[in-house]
Amino acid sequence: MMGRTIFIDPGRCIGCQACVSACRECDSHRGKSLIHLDYPQEGQSVAALPTVCMHCEDPVAPCAEVCPADAILVTADGVVQEADTTRCIGCANCVNACPFGVPKIDVTAKLQFKCNLCYDRTSYGLAPMCATVCPTGALFYGTVEELREERPGVQVVDEFTFGRSTVRTGVAMVVPAERARWPVPGGLPVVEVNGVDVR
Amino acid sequence: MNRPTIPLDPTQAPPGAQSFRDAGGIPADRWHADQRGETLVPTHCCFCGVQCGMYLRVNEAGKVFGMEPRNHDINRMRLCPKGVNAYQQINHPERLTAPLIRGSRDEPFREVSWDEALDFTAAEMRRIQESHGRDAFGMLGGASLFTEKTYLVGKFARVALRTRHLDYNGRLCMVSAAAANKAVFGVDRAGNPFSDMLVTDCLLVAGGNIGECFPVLTQYVWGGRDRGAKLIIVDPRETAIARTADIHVALRPGTDSAFFNAVLHVVIEEGLVDEEFVAAHATGWDDVVRCVREYPPSRAAEICGIPESQVYEVARMFAGAGNAMACHARGIEHQTQGVENCLSVVNLIVATGNVGRPGAGYGTLTGQGNGQGGREHGQKSDMLPGGRDLKNPEHRRQICEIWGIDEAELPGVGTSMMEMVWQMQRGEIRGLLGVCNNPLVSLPNHRAVKDGYNRLEFHVQLDFFLSETAANAHVVLPVTVWAEDEGVTANAEARVVKHNKAQDPPPGVRTDTWVLCELARRLGAGDKFAFGGSRDVFEELRVATAGALVDYSGITYERLEETGGICWPCPSTDHPGTPRLFEDLRTYHPDGKMHLQTVEWHPPADVYTADYPLTLTTGRTVAHFLSGTQTRRLGGLVEQTPRPWVEIHPSQGFRNGDPVRVVTRRGSVVLPALVTEAIRPDTVFVPYHWPAPTAANVLTVDALDPRSRIPEYKVAAARLELAEHVDEVPAPPVPPGRAHYEEVQAALSDPLPPSASQGRGTAERS
Repeated sequence: MMGRTIFIDPGRCIGCQACVSACRECDSHRGKSLIHLDYPQEGQSVAALPTVCMHCEDPVAPCAEVCPADAILVTADGVVQEADTTRCIGCANCVNACPFGVPKIDVTAKLQFKCNLCYDRTSYGLAPMCATVCPTGALFYGTVEELREERPGVQVVDEFTFGRSTVRTGVAMVVPAERARWPVPGGLPVVEVNGVDVR
Repeated sequence: MNRPTIPLDPTQAPPGAQSFRDAGGIPADRWHADQRGETLVPTHCCFCGVQCGMYLRVNEAGKVFGMEPRNHDINRMRLCPKGVNAYQQINHPERLTAPLIRGSRDEPFREVSWDEALDFTAAEMRRIQESHGRDAFGMLGGASLFTEKTYLVGKFARVALRTRHLDYNGRLCMVSAAAANKAVFGVDRAGNPFSDMLVTDCLLVAGGNIGECFPVLTQYVWGGRDRGAKLIIVDPRETAIARTADIHVALRPGTDSAFFNAVLHVVIEEGLVDEEFVAAHATGWDDVVRCVREYPPSRAAEICGIPESQVYEVARMFAGAGNAMACHARGIEHQTQGVENCLSVVNLIVATGNVGRPGAGYGTLTGQGNGQGGREHGQKSDMLPGGRDLKNPEHRRQICEIWGIDEAELPGVGTSMMEMVWQMQRGEIRGLLGVCNNPLVSLPNHRAVKDGYNRLEFHVQLDFFLSETAANAHVVLPVTVWAEDEGVTANAEARVVKHNKAQDPPPGVRTDTWVLCELARRLGAGDKFAFGGSRDVFEELRVATAGALVDYSGITYERLEETGGICWPCPSTDHPGTPRLFEDLRTYHPDGKMHLQTVEWHPPADVYTADYPLTLTTGRTVAHFLSGTQTRRLGGLVEQTPRPWVEIHPSQGFRNGDPVRVVTRRGSVVLPALVTEAIRPDTVFVPYHWPAPTAANVLTVDALDPRSRIPEYKVAAARLELAEHVDEVPAPPVPPGRAHYEEVQAALSDPLPPSASQGRGTAERS
């Protein structure tokens, strides 16, 4: 987990998509929103889940790992940048490699685009656009101590398992207290993969 | 931007709000990669009653081109999708830029000069008033106007037009809550500020979809829960805040007062009444006790269609909390018993002694940006500036003295908005001036409304877009959007905030103030309307409210800039304002008591039969605002929610996306079905932001509450039928010779419902 990062709390999310609209306002990619907002219980409830880039940490972000053009760079502060437009070949390897479904390809520009934690804002001490406007704090920007100060006893995880691989992330997720004891299964709600209990 | 600020108690700041830096504190050129000479203008959002602070980004050419979050006390940089996109309407290609005129509704509009349009309008006003009497010309205002303009609307109708037929669209919004609070507390405003939600032990929200209609208020709701507050939601739908609430009472629409009477019944039965408080500060308690005795939980369970146990749970949780707050919104107010529903909530608050303390009290959730300020200064049919009563001889005398007119000239009390439409149908009102409203989308029983408007001999409408109502008028006068003029609004806390001018209006566009003053001059009342702009009007407003109930006399533009907002009453320039009412437990009645009223539940106006067995209820979605005149033209919002839908429980047997005809006694609409378990099986929901033929208000009933005259938008008897294909959503009207803004309209032929009531998920967009 990065020192100052985004914490995602789907329990607080009201699905209003202020984050989607605000992301579109960012000067570095005006008019294009890089955030994903899903209603995962369609037909049952209005529950909603925002997805920003998780800025994976170990050993290096999967998207960067598979990039044949070395276009996805990770800055010293742990932020996984969007593909460098002078290097990106639009091959979509990163799209397939990302376990969270974050990067997308702009098919007309033949370039990848993804969330870079509002690097233009965060490097000046401002919070990312999405976490700034989020009406509910479902997207919170700050340190884990600041988060705990506001929401006493809150549990966060930055470790997610996909089959046998575990990914540690720079962005963290708020989870129910009992779920913080083991890595959160990413993707489908599996508990056993190829005979191995991934919990 | 080195403005002096008043430090706020950090414990009162909503969650996630303390460590943010405000971009207004950083020189704009320090961090924007590509903008030179940019300035940030501090102002507020134009939409709902939360009135979030925001900056508008203005480029070197003096044009607004973006927004930036602002660390204002109200919202602490938070914004909802409407607020984020609000700036896009300012330089929108569909803006009206010249007065439009036509002889009859069959002709196309033609652009004319301001002089020609105003002369023609004034001549028509005189003609109709001379041949049919002064009251034959009506005027309808709006609560999205700045307070100065709402004051001017009232003064224009009474002094220039001298008609008694004046009302405003707050009649469709806040009047039920206003009437209830006025009856009990003698004052019409929220008792407590938003920040009291952070320190309450129990928050009850009745008929309020906070997550979608007041999204930024959610941070206060969640902030209260972070500190241990319990949350009770009363709503037929499982909304975003109901989803995780401690108790969600999914009652049948139109049964709220039966439920709250039963809750009070249990509170009394279990000895949870604050007897000492009630004895000292309330009147009418014995009658209330006698009345709610007839509402045992078993009766409420039957009427409301809820488990009996929920009545006990709510009673114990609310009355057992140290400090409890209750808020209500249109869900319980938009009914023929809207006032009674509010009274039944207030009875519960008073019986448990939850008045006038931090975290204990009540809030009203105003729908429109200036829903509070817009109803204070005399654009309502029975009111005069300062919350004065048009029927009160002393109040009439005071205002006539300030306005310099003879009391005999001041017209009497008029009728409500819907009643004025019926009078148009009967030919009693033959001419109409509309400012800041869109009744052809927002009034119930669309067929009657359209008929009433079509019968008008002359109809002039002021707007900045060609709304559906303006498109039906004879004369349309193009006026400024909120960011092109300055003025104040009062948010749902009765906190008066200052909006600043960010850019000059496009050529050809004038302020509403200028238009009303010019018309008044042509009607021979120019000396009473010598206002150069909002500031002049505000200075007169301060004088006109001095000593009145709604006292603005201590509020100045400069003080508002310094403080970030002042709550009225504020009787002197060194008075800090009044964020929380009744701290001394005295109300505004002469005896200082809370006047409790008994409430008897009755069935809704539209009768259920075998042909119409279901309940249709209507409401808002998060991406759109009121009649959609503004939001249906903004790309990001249309993309999120392109079209209306009908929300249906799976037990009704439809599949998601089926074209379903919703039929009521007034008409029918075919909409795609959003099949979801998040609604009662006997209830269907349609959002109301779109025009006919896809308007929810084609279906709603024009039955009114006898006291507040609010229409019963929230309950209509309906049935569902499978149809062939969904009705197409019409594009918003545009001025002659102007093309539709294609980026926005592309989504309108879309036949699919959204993923959830908040809109379409980003993965499900084309």
